[in-house]
Amino acid sequence: MRRAVVVTAFFAGLLLIWELAAETGWWSPVLFPSAVSVARYLWGAMNDGTLLEAIRVTLQRLLLGYVIGAAIGLPVGVLTSSSKIMDDTLGSLALGLQTLPSVCWVPFAVLWFGQTESAMLFVVVMGTVWSVIIATNHGARTIPPIYAKAARTMGSRRLHLWMMVMLPASLPFLVSGMKQGWAFAWRSLMAAEIFVTILTGFGLGQLLHYGRELNAMDQVIGAMMVIVLIGLLADRILFAPWERFLHRRWGMDGG
Amino acid sequence: MTNRAAFVGATTQHCSLATSKLDVQSVSKWFRTSRANVHALAEVSMQVAAGQIVCVVGPSGCGKSTLLDIIAGLTQPDAGQVFADGQEVAGPGRERLVVFQEPSLFPWLNVFGNVMFGLRLCPELRGDERRDIAHHYLSLVGLEKFEKAHVHELSGGMKQRVALARALAPDPQVLLMDEPFGALDAMTREHLYDDVQKIWADSRKTVVFVTHNMREATCLGDRILLMSSAPGTIARSFDIPLSRPRSIYNAELVAHAAAVADALRGTMGGGVPE
Repeated sequence: MRRAVVVTAFFAGLLLIWELAAETGWWSPVLFPSAVSVARYLWGAMNDGTLLEAIRVTLQRLLLGYVIGAAIGLPVGVLTSSSKIMDDTLGSLALGLQTLPSVCWVPFAVLWFGQTESAMLFVVVMGTVWSVIIATNHGARTIPPIYAKAARTMGSRRLHLWMMVMLPASLPFLVSGMKQGWAFAWRSLMAAEIFVTILTGFGLGQLLHYGRELNAMDQVIGAMMVIVLIGLLADRILFAPWERFLHRRWGMDGG
Repeated sequence: MTNRAAFVGATTQHCSLATSKLDVQSVSKWFRTSRANVHALAEVSMQVAAGQIVCVVGPSGCGKSTLLDIIAGLTQPDAGQVFADGQEVAGPGRERLVVFQEPSLFPWLNVFGNVMFGLRLCPELRGDERRDIAHHYLSLVGLEKFEKAHVHELSGGMKQRVALARALAPDPQVLLMDEPFGALDAMTREHLYDDVQKIWADSRKTVVFVTHNMREATCLGDRILLMSSAPGTIARSFDIPLSRPRSIYNAELVAHAAAVADALRGTMGGGVPE
């Protein structure tokens, strides 16, 4: 309760400072819109449906790209952890490509796929898959071998060993790998939506992009706030329950 | 082979090959790495009679844990064999369960779930029998109140008690203990010596107990095998003919421990143990 009051007071204070700073009139309202005008924009966009539609389009792209990226990244990550050769080859490839900011995939994707949904998806998958591989690889290596050893003495073999020991033992790294992947997918999609202008769907990134084109600072800031909010909500809804479970069982965060 | 025969004859009169629960025959093991080829065990032979506690002591790196892994079936020897009840050991099995030094409890299961893990792999038991057995062994190690606790909530000593209960529950023929109390404080250890002796008195399991603590070995062992390192061999064997239960503060026990420690110093060429 006390915590909620402190948090609410902090953000209310921030909004108040913003509003007061805008009220002084020291900066042009075109470049520094007041909190109220941003709220007015958000309310309007909500009511005419553009905001909800943008959120829907963006989340749909995000989910598809993320699922593909994770579905490739998790097994490949386990594979790279399984042998020295795999780590030296696939592992270093993943490490190299992970350092490439995902926005750098945009020119490549546009040349290959044109201004299409596929280009967008490609950027998101490329942004996701390498970080999932690296997180999974690292996590799989940190499973204490003693678990498998102890289980084997008790008669656990093959499928039982994988399902009852290796899978639950890998939960901390699975969750951290999936979370890592989510963060990268989100960043990649925003880059893709800002740079790939297409007509098949108008996402949050495009909302941001056209805010710039139209010199509409209230739209730019409003879209940014929605993007932050979605990131926060995704973290709370998708990952916080798993992290609480891990914390309860393992007694620490994610591994 | 003549070496081994002479060794058995000289040191283990009361333990004939015919009644051995465990029979380790000329086991050798090398570890090959890119930098070196380490000869971990060289023709190690030992016999353990049913219901006996044999402690294996030696300096760090003498191969005593490797020997235990080989008896457990977790590691294959490069030469020689291990027989349990006359059957050659080909892999790990629940007739030889291990209590490890490292924390080996599964964090995704609670205390009760950990003890149940091995029991669920006993197809001859019914569900309610498994639960009864798990309750029984948890109360035997004094943790009946902690059945629902998560592993990370337990102290080091409690964790090893759960590991002991988990290893005892499927009723193994042989209990293998790999420095199980090495990471615990002295007071907790002393409690556990009492518990192990009590449990052993009731169950008469055959136990192989690896340690580098002389007093621990003297307190628990019917026999102490002293290993020397590089390569690991069994240098000497000591019988500990003291009555049970034993206290590590007993003067006679301390004298025995000192004798083993002296012998260990001899095998290490003047080094100080521990």
